[in-house]
Amino acid sequence: MRNWKGKIVLILLAAGLVLLGCGQEAPKPQAKKASEAKPEAAKPAAEKPAAEKPAAEKPAAEKPAAEKPKDPAAEAKSDPPAKAGEKTVIIGFTSSKSGKFKTEGGRQINGLNLWMEQVNAKGGVKLADGTMVKFAFKDYDDESNKDRVQELYTRLINNDKADFLISPYSSGLADASAVIAQQYNKIMITTGAASDSTYKKGYTLIYQAYTPASRYLTGAVDMLAKLSPKSKKIAIIYEKAKFSQDVVNALKAYATSKGFKVVLFDGYDKDTTDFAAFINKIPPKTDAVMGGGHFADTSTLTKQLYEKKVNAKLFAFLVAPPEPKFAEIGAACFAVVGPSQWEPAAKYSEEAAKAAGMTWFGPSVQEFDDSYKKKYGEDPSYHSAGGYAAALILQAAIEKAGSIDTDKVKKALDDMNMMTFFGVTKFDTGKDNHGLQAGHDMVYIQWFKDPKGEFVKKIVWPVAAASAKPFVCPAR
Amino acid sequence: MVHQLINSLTDGFLLGFVYGLAAMGLSLIWGVMSVINLAHGPVITVGMLATYLLFVHVGLNPYLAIVVVAGIGLVLGLIIYITAVHRVISAPHLSSLLATFAVNMIILGIFNAVFGGDQNNIDFSLGSLSIGFLNVTYSRLLAAVGAVAVTVFLYLYLYFTRTGKSIRAVANNREAAELMGIPSTRVLALSFGLGSLLAAVAGSLISTIFPFTIFSGGPYELKSFVICVLGGLGNPLGALLGGLILGLMEGLIPIWMPTSWVPVVEFGLFVFVLVVRPTGLLGAK
Amino acid sequence: MRALKQPGLWLYVAALVVWGLVVWFLDDPTLRETSFTLLMYVGLASSLNILLGYTGYVSFGHIVFFGLGGYMGFYLVSVQEWSLYPAALVGGVFGALVAALLGLAVLRLRGAYFALATIGVNEAARAFVNNFRPFGGATGLSLDYSVYGLYGGSMKALWLAFGLVWLIAIATVVTSYLVKQSRFGLGLMAIREDEDAAMVMGVKAPRAKTWAFALSAFFPGIIGTIYFFKNGNVEPHDAFRLHMSIETLVMIMLGGQGTVLGPILGALSYERLRGYLLVSPLFKSLHLALSGVALLLIILFVPAGVVGWLRQRFPKLRGILE
Repeated sequence: MRNWKGKIVLILLAAGLVLLGCGQEAPKPQAKKASEAKPEAAKPAAEKPAAEKPAAEKPAAEKPAAEKPKDPAAEAKSDPPAKAGEKTVIIGFTSSKSGKFKTEGGRQINGLNLWMEQVNAKGGVKLADGTMVKFAFKDYDDESNKDRVQELYTRLINNDKADFLISPYSSGLADASAVIAQQYNKIMITTGAASDSTYKKGYTLIYQAYTPASRYLTGAVDMLAKLSPKSKKIAIIYEKAKFSQDVVNALKAYATSKGFKVVLFDGYDKDTTDFAAFINKIPPKTDAVMGGGHFADTSTLTKQLYEKKVNAKLFAFLVAPPEPKFAEIGAACFAVVGPSQWEPAAKYSEEAAKAAGMTWFGPSVQEFDDSYKKKYGEDPSYHSAGGYAAALILQAAIEKAGSIDTDKVKKALDDMNMMTFFGVTKFDTGKDNHGLQAGHDMVYIQWFKDPKGEFVKKIVWPVAAASAKPFVCPAR
Repeated sequence: MVHQLINSLTDGFLLGFVYGLAAMGLSLIWGVMSVINLAHGPVITVGMLATYLLFVHVGLNPYLAIVVVAGIGLVLGLIIYITAVHRVISAPHLSSLLATFAVNMIILGIFNAVFGGDQNNIDFSLGSLSIGFLNVTYSRLLAAVGAVAVTVFLYLYLYFTRTGKSIRAVANNREAAELMGIPSTRVLALSFGLGSLLAAVAGSLISTIFPFTIFSGGPYELKSFVICVLGGLGNPLGALLGGLILGLMEGLIPIWMPTSWVPVVEFGLFVFVLVVRPTGLLGAK
Repeated sequence: MRALKQPGLWLYVAALVVWGLVVWFLDDPTLRETSFTLLMYVGLASSLNILLGYTGYVSFGHIVFFGLGGYMGFYLVSVQEWSLYPAALVGGVFGALVAALLGLAVLRLRGAYFALATIGVNEAARAFVNNFRPFGGATGLSLDYSVYGLYGGSMKALWLAFGLVWLIAIATVVTSYLVKQSRFGLGLMAIREDEDAAMVMGVKAPRAKTWAFALSAFFPGIIGTIYFFKNGNVEPHDAFRLHMSIETLVMIMLGGQGTVLGPILGALSYERLRGYLLVSPLFKSLHLALSGVALLLIILFVPAGVVGWLRQRFPKLRGILE
């Protein structure tokens, strides 16, 4: 009796394996096709990259890689044989459609998709040689998981032949993907990733759209000094992840330099849901509690602080407060301050760009806000804006370079000094910090209660961008 | 400092009851059939998910949902026993370990496919109790009360009902119990179901305090191992005691060390007790 | 040595060698990436088999040596700026040392207690590294990109990593085979069958077990270093994944514990299955469930694994199906 059951199980498993083995043949023929396409691609359409091929020997291995994607990609997307006047550029990325970054990641994808819809609707981008380039995305769900990110980006580059890359959401994941991008010589625009440390590693092709982490919470200290000049004590509870650690290290240094005393500096592991131990450690009469990490943990921390009736003059946390979804925690969100990369009430405009001597590119703040609301039925948060902005930056660079060649686009990015609805974009091109965002600034929002009893957020800092005055958190 | 100590002790102590309840399920199964249930984590998750879904879709008060969750846990345990464990119950330990682990993977895999890995929150805030400087949330308090109530029920069941006594008989000596006319297979299935019931209820209580994802059961499963070893595998009262010790440790250690050292101490203690006194503080079985 | 004359060994080594050469000549990065993962698991599974299959000690936390050895090797490459080769070796030796020390305490336990202890060790190691500043704490360590320049650029470094893993996988398989055919291996298998009887017969069980434990920890340490080198960074969360450990266990059970071919076959089929399921939109989320079902079926009906079952069924093939 045991024998036949065993046989059936083995036959099933063997059959499954055979099917899988057959299923996996697809990449090989494509690889062969691509290598055959290599000499052919040198002749038609792309004259410039062909001229560059004999010129540079070391990047030669990578240049044909930049050409390779055109043929199978063009065959896949437009009609075979590829018309000389049209091309599809594939932008690859992973997004957090599930897992703990689902909220922020979802907003980011929305922004990206809105951009693609708008740019393709206008017919695409025109290159210097007259080719019209349309864009297509190839994306996977990274499940907010780092090992999947490295597997998937390798796949995006090798199997899906992505031409350009956008990072996943969160500094940790972006850092993991940046290695892969640089290894295979692909330009990557990072968004949703603020950690400074990624840009200290000697990369040359990774560009940051967000304001770096080190500038995130320094404004909160200034705000505290103005609101409550006698305050001295700050407690910092933060997530032990690259991004938040960069933020709070800079915060601690800044606060100490301004005469404040950091009375608590404790980090929690990712996936923590029980903050009781940390909250209990906050000394009485602390003036401000700052820190946090990403959306899920920061919301929980804020909620538990409220439930435990912790009193402070200022609560300033990362990532969660600027998200409209933050209001779902109810009364706990009242008076909480958060730094934001962008708000719908932002005052960037073409006039402001001219006044500052920069180029202006892309839709206005109002146009972005309206089209986003129309497509998704929700207010955009800075994560949505960041997603859109990353692709917009790439578009601007391609237009300026007039080509989709990696080296030319890289030069355009290095030279970039522009303002968009998202703010200023200018990259640090020094050897130590190549790709770090140097031009963009943060604004701070605070949650108010409107006459109807609903919670709304308003920009309260810096004064030049503010639409309301900040206030001290009432006693609980 | 004193305020902090009292607050931490109280928080830890209350949570310890829930930890103990979770571990009791594991301990019971080990005691009755010498099987270490590696599907313990997902069963806890089932409790959390069930409570959440009942709250969100049916609007059922999470504390009332415990009764329903208990039923779900019992049935789930029976199913797991009949499909996976029964065949390998007399085989070497590795087989039952791997069989229950396979069940773990299957349940998690299905949940991952159906629900995804996002965080869920039961928005049932009850506020907190403030006695001077002591601030305890009602949800934690009620969870502890719930855990104690279920423990009492368990004891009444094991010591005062016929089926409960047969479970204890089989735990003591399976062959002798069979000779006395106790249908051991049914009793084993029932014990597994009971163990799963306890785990599911613990999960339900935890979900009223903290947000969870489908993978949240894992850390609680690991804590249950630590607790069972501390208290003695097979000894449910030991599990409760172990839970309280763990809860207190989690509350006290952060006062003197950065909080992220807690797992190091927990698992270090775990290995230490396993090596030095494998029967645990109260003795196994 | 009589062992080297057996056809079984040469068959597997030849297959692995041919496979590696094929990947090299085809020069396809995708194939290389897939093969890297497959060979890595072949190495991990074969090394665990020495402890599990031959000695009968079920370790659920085997990945701790991958993590600790890998961390040590990566630390040497990134912070101390060593070359990859000595660093990987030191990583392996470090893993073996940790195993030997740990073994003194933990190998006294039997059966399920040992399994639990290994889980505890893995978690304790992870929590410890999470707080250990020299190893980067919670945010881990990362390589400055210029390090790849020392190996001829990132492309060459990736091929180098592949080559090294390939060689290590072959080395692990050969070692596993040699152990099985040796007197030492015979002692281990006697321990597996009945430890007390083995001791009565003169097998020095504590020493043999410690050696087996250390040997099984050596290869994961090297593999870990290479893996983290390739990825350019390491965090405690990646290095001590309990799930990876248990998947290695599943691979051995699937293929057939205690055989040399078993872990190879198990690793290949399981990883292929997983790789395929992960990118297929239909099955993406179900891969865990399907793996679980496969494991359950094997445990319930074919506990000897594929190779074990084949050996029982076709005694004539036993020479080849080692």
